[in-house]
Amino acid sequence: MANAVHTEKNTPEIDALPLGRTVAKPRLETRQNAGLTEVIFEGVWATYSVGSIDQQMRLLENKLSGERLRIEMSDISYLDTAGAWMIYRLLRSAKVRGIEASIDGMRTSHKVLLEAIARAMEDIDEDDSNGTRASILNRMLSTIGLAVYGFRNDLQMGLHILGAAVRGSQMKLGHGSGLSIPAVVNQIDRTGVTAIPIILLMSTIIGAIIAQQGAFQLRYFGAEIFVVDLVGILVLREIGVLLTAIMIAGRSGSAITAEIGSMKMREEVDALTVIGLNPVGVLVFPRLVALVIALPLLTFIANLAALAGAMFVAQTYSGISPDAFITRVRDAVDLSTIYAGLIKAPFMAIIIGIIASVEGMKVGGSAESLGARVTASVVKSIFIVIVVDGAFAMFFAAIDF
Amino acid sequence: MAENDPIISVRDIHVQFGDHVVLHDLDLDVYRGEILGFVGASGTGKSVLLRSILGLNPKQNGQIVVLGRDLDRISDEERILVDMRMGVLFQHGALFSSLTVKENIQVPMREYLTLPKGLMDELAILKLELVGLSGKAANKYPSELSGGMIKRAALARALALDPDIVFLDEPTSGLDPIGAAEFDELIAKLRDTLGLTVYMVTHDLDSLFTVADRIAVLGNKKVLVAGTITEMLKSDEPWVKSYFRGKRARRIDLPEETRIACMER
Ligand SMILES: Nc1ncnc2c1ncn2[C@@H]1O[C@H](COP(=O)(O)OP(=O)(O)O)[C@@H](O)[C@H]1O
Ligand SMILES: [Mg+2]
Repeated sequence: MANAVHTEKNTPEIDALPLGRTVAKPRLETRQNAGLTEVIFEGVWATYSVGSIDQQMRLLENKLSGERLRIEMSDISYLDTAGAWMIYRLLRSAKVRGIEASIDGMRTSHKVLLEAIARAMEDIDEDDSNGTRASILNRMLSTIGLAVYGFRNDLQMGLHILGAAVRGSQMKLGHGSGLSIPAVVNQIDRTGVTAIPIILLMSTIIGAIIAQQGAFQLRYFGAEIFVVDLVGILVLREIGVLLTAIMIAGRSGSAITAEIGSMKMREEVDALTVIGLNPVGVLVFPRLVALVIALPLLTFIANLAALAGAMFVAQTYSGISPDAFITRVRDAVDLSTIYAGLIKAPFMAIIIGIIASVEGMKVGGSAESLGARVTASVVKSIFIVIVVDGAFAMFFAAIDF
Repeated sequence: MAENDPIISVRDIHVQFGDHVVLHDLDLDVYRGEILGFVGASGTGKSVLLRSILGLNPKQNGQIVVLGRDLDRISDEERILVDMRMGVLFQHGALFSSLTVKENIQVPMREYLTLPKGLMDELAILKLELVGLSGKAANKYPSELSGGMIKRAALARALALDPDIVFLDEPTSGLDPIGAAEFDELIAKLRDTLGLTVYMVTHDLDSLFTVADRIAVLGNKKVLVAGTITEMLKSDEPWVKSYFRGKRARRIDLPEETRIACMER
């Protein structure tokens, strides 16, 4: 039977394994006399033990000289692939230098192992160096270059997804618009309705904080009533929509990226394509529509909550009654202020949805890339949302809105 | 062959999930240096037994002795030593997707040992070559490999520390017949060179007939029969009979005297 050979393999007792002090180390003895190098191997040459002797072996390989090399293996008490690899390395180095090598005291199991290694490694050439690293300047420039190209690709892909989402959903035969209402409603429920409690809570607190800080500062000028103007305009124009968008980017953007990304990982996106559906149309469009509907509504809720928070603080800290507060709000805020905030919401929804989808589609095969993409999705959408908010502010200022 | 030297011995194992008893009073011996083929209908608990031996699944009762150590009475230090002597090839490879093939193979080395980086690289390439992958695959990620390559790379990782025992869960499922035959050959070759003991869960009759020294059949919550192919073919257990002598098994070439023995029955 084929296993005649391996039964004689000397398996060490489990106690010989590295249990603190009792490690049986590999040992090496070299004798040099007149052109003959003798190398005597002793002890345990196993994966767990050879680490300590690697350095010594390499030194020996590098200064190998003379005409003949004799290897003595009979004192080896245990040999596995790693030990055999070291002996093979010595033999290979001898061969390269034209030194004639001979082996004594080799057991059959050792021979089988050495031959298997020689066979496995014969087609490998010595130096498969993994290329030298580029200089620092080079790497710095290439990072910048890659970032620029990455930005261009993101932009292109974003436009592609926007286009495909609109067009792709219309490609059902004879079904008119391919927008599936249940899918959108489901998404609105997931991205919008379930977000209401946290949005309410966050906005109330933010409104209260702004009112409190404003009241303290304006008290110096005896103009505490203007805290209402401050809160009203700041919340309605900027803070309400901005914070809602940031919250949704963190909450729903990450979810969209993770969902699409894990579908991409398991080839489900490819399955959609093969079935004849446009994955962007099926996956992205309902989410995009849901976000575009949900985000303005959430913003509206956030605005009301922030004003309520401010009203409460105005009464407790400054003694402004709710009646006075509401009257003052009516004077300070006109319809265009409310619109200036709300009009930004759909744009931000589209940005969040597109970035989340782009990042989701970029997920590769590994779990790590999914994590990296989700992070990138959230960070990018929050950043772009803030930049766009700034752009809107400048635009509104320019047109006096 | 050292027939009376079990490297794994399992006694009276009982495993159940809720009310669902999967294994009851199961005994099994695996001998040093053999390739044990483990078969059984789907859902009979082959993977559960494998996971119990590896300590991944709690068992309600029974004793598992690996390398002469009772796994329930072992110190944590010894447990690590025993773990180092076992390698596992999971059914879907279970390569870490965020690491390259080379890094995957080096995970056990890094975890248990302190080896110089140069040596670890060399050993990783060596292991890859031993399992029949070119060293070029070393820097690829698992998602860039084919199914057969993943199996081989996962085997290389299982062999990273030169274990005494390797567990293979359906190693040839999902491979084409030629790839599967090559994989069987590889297992046999590695057993002969590295002196491995192989515990192989499989559904592949060809694997059983070509490389398994002994076969154990799981059914009815225990090992129904264990023995050589010839003994399997003589068994009267209905499941064993239909498995080894059913339609799909017929084309297998049997030794002459076995065939005659079967025909006489
Ligand atoms: N973690 C678990 N919880 C509950 N039941 C399980 C669990 N793992 C396995 N089982 C059950 O144990 C039985 C055996 O499963 P398994 O060992 O995977 O079968 P196979 O022999 O095909 O590998 C199945 O009926 C399965 O439902
Ligand atoms: Mg299974």
